[in-house]
Amino acid sequence: MTDSRPIDIVVLAKQVPDTHNITGDVMTRDGTMNRGALSAIFNPEDLNALEMALQVKDRHGGTVTVITMGPPKAANILRESLWRGADRVILLTDRRFAGADTLATSFALQKAIEKIGRYDLVLAGRQAIDGDTAQVGPQTAEKLGIPQITYAESILEIADGRITAQRALDSGSEIVRCTMPCLLTVVGSANTPRPPSVRRQIARKLAATAGELAALRTQWPEFETQGALEAYLAAHDLEIPVWTADDIGVASESIGLAGSPTQVHRINFVVLESTESKTVQPTPEAIAAMVAELVHEYIVG
Amino acid sequence: MTERQSIWVFIEQVDGRVADVSLELIGRARELADPLGYEVVGLLCGHEVEEAARDVIRHGADRVLLADDAELASYRTLPYARVAITEARRRQPEIFLVGGTPNGRDFAPRVASALRCGLTADCTDLQIGDYESRREGKTFRNLLFQIRPAFGGNLVATIVNPNSRPQMATVREGVMRMPASDASRTGVVEAVVPEFELGDFALEILSRQVRHSTVKLKDAPVIVAGGAGISDAEEFALLRDLANLLGGEVGASRAAVDAGWIGREHQVGQTGTTVRPRLYIAAGISGAIQHRAGMDQSSKIIAINTDPTAPMLQIAHYRIVGDVGEVLPMIIKALRERSMDHREETE
Ligand SMILES: Cc1cc2nc3c(=O)[nH]c(=O)nc-3n(C[C@H](O)[C@H](O)[C@H](O)COP(=O)(O)OP(=O)(O)OC[C@H]3O[C@@H](n4cnc5c(N)ncnc54)[C@H](O)[C@@H]3O)c2cc1C
Repeated sequence: MTDSRPIDIVVLAKQVPDTHNITGDVMTRDGTMNRGALSAIFNPEDLNALEMALQVKDRHGGTVTVITMGPPKAANILRESLWRGADRVILLTDRRFAGADTLATSFALQKAIEKIGRYDLVLAGRQAIDGDTAQVGPQTAEKLGIPQITYAESILEIADGRITAQRALDSGSEIVRCTMPCLLTVVGSANTPRPPSVRRQIARKLAATAGELAALRTQWPEFETQGALEAYLAAHDLEIPVWTADDIGVASESIGLAGSPTQVHRINFVVLESTESKTVQPTPEAIAAMVAELVHEYIVG
Repeated sequence: MTERQSIWVFIEQVDGRVADVSLELIGRARELADPLGYEVVGLLCGHEVEEAARDVIRHGADRVLLADDAELASYRTLPYARVAITEARRRQPEIFLVGGTPNGRDFAPRVASALRCGLTADCTDLQIGDYESRREGKTFRNLLFQIRPAFGGNLVATIVNPNSRPQMATVREGVMRMPASDASRTGVVEAVVPEFELGDFALEILSRQVRHSTVKLKDAPVIVAGGAGISDAEEFALLRDLANLLGGEVGASRAAVDAGWIGREHQVGQTGTTVRPRLYIAAGISGAIQHRAGMDQSSKIIAINTDPTAPMLQIAHYRIVGDVGEVLPMIIKALRERSMDHREETE
């Protein structure tokens, strides 16, 4: 018997620099990165988590709420979430959150999730491509005091207050059953995220945070005053709520840089050690000579 | 407290066989501990795994904390984390190292969160050093330096956790060298009794499908690796042909894995496997620091890249500025011809 009860889900998402499209312009001459030149994207596996949440909603009903902690421009991935089918989105932003390591991040997320209140599942991507740490999911689960299912590839069943899921491991796979609420981290092989729907995109094109109103009004001069735009957004449920540290009731010393036990001691520039190297022309003769040399030196063959 | 300070290593085992990465970390812990006079401790959870505890001691541990319980027979987050959290609170280790395996990466953040301590993922080096904190106006002695590539360019960051204990870090397989096993080493196997709570059994494993990985990247004498410079499946097949000819394995950059050319278990680098083959052929790989971290100790490197400024060409022993689609077939052909000549000679 499957549960007919609706399932309320919180999805954790992060906006990340697009490390896949690092081009020449992004690297500065000294080999550091010009972050401004990187486009910011929805962390890929967080999209898989959102898709998994939407599939649960399609099947069981309930709500999907997406939270992101980040700079004001992270509102972009929240709009995208709305266009893909999220019911509600929340931007956690505050200068005091800046510089957070994974522990301080998970603390802020815990407080935000607790402020949302009721939830059955928390879904997050396995890891974010800018750090690959895979730590925030489990740390948030621990802070919430709920179990975790990492590397979730599919949800097989939700029934009687329990979830059955398949985990993808290097060494194979595992089917586990766990009481809810619990937190899942979702792998990229779980699904193909649905594209934003055109209908939703039209309906929720104007979704914005309070901080974006001024910029939005320059695009939409038909709103004669900012107040008129604000009233329109409120009437059409297009306001993206912004929560600060005060809104989730956390003290400055437990968030951001101050709340992070890890500190960066130093950053060193790596000088490439040029090896004794041979330039080999891409011609059959030169390549054959290289192969002969490798065989002669017992490197191959 | 008069007890000796300690460095802990989470010992992962499957059916009583200790994971290589756990032993590699015991080896590194030993090197870090000796100058400081610290004790090296393995934390081992399982059921009837006494022999595994002995193995950990043979590889360099002074003590193994052994939690033996039927509930610990296979890895599950909460029961395993319970043992670690309880014992770490009680014994206050200075440092706690965990292998960057799927289970280790599930376990470490859960434990670090409960202990409210810092955790650095995927370190490529660990050292001991002093840290002068300008913020706090004091110097911390003998901290664990957790070294890993920093995001964005040719940068390596040294991370420290001055005020929280234990100092936790994960390290991928192959980064540290496997210490020799010494059958004459002695150490203490100390039983610890798990103090489970009811909630620890919220999750049950219904079934498990083990797929024995045939990928042996770490031990392969030759690795032929492809990156984003590979343009289609046909080209990727050339890598396999070449690897087969050389008796090696196929490796990949994260970009090639993300592009779907090959499975994640083939990824070389900071968040993949660290390898030191006799020969590493990097085809269409730019040589980002995270990739180099996993292969720059290869004895010989051949780089094939259309961009003459690619960092991989700078660290290569054989630099080939060219297109992988043209160069790989030339290497394959040269090898085939040699082996044919060889056969003719011996016939
Ligand atoms: C936290 C973190 C962890 C990471 N961990 C890893 C890791 O473990 N392993 C890893 O590999 N990466 C890792 N990365 C990603 C890494 O930073 C690079 O993005 C990645 O290694 C790039 O892969 P690539 O060299 O294949 O692609 P690119 O950088 O896009 O390079 C492709 C190269 O192919 C060349 N090329 C193009 N066409 C051809 C052709 N026809 N013939 C020959 N050459 C051609 C180009 O000139 C270029 O040099 C990590 C990143 C982060 C942020």
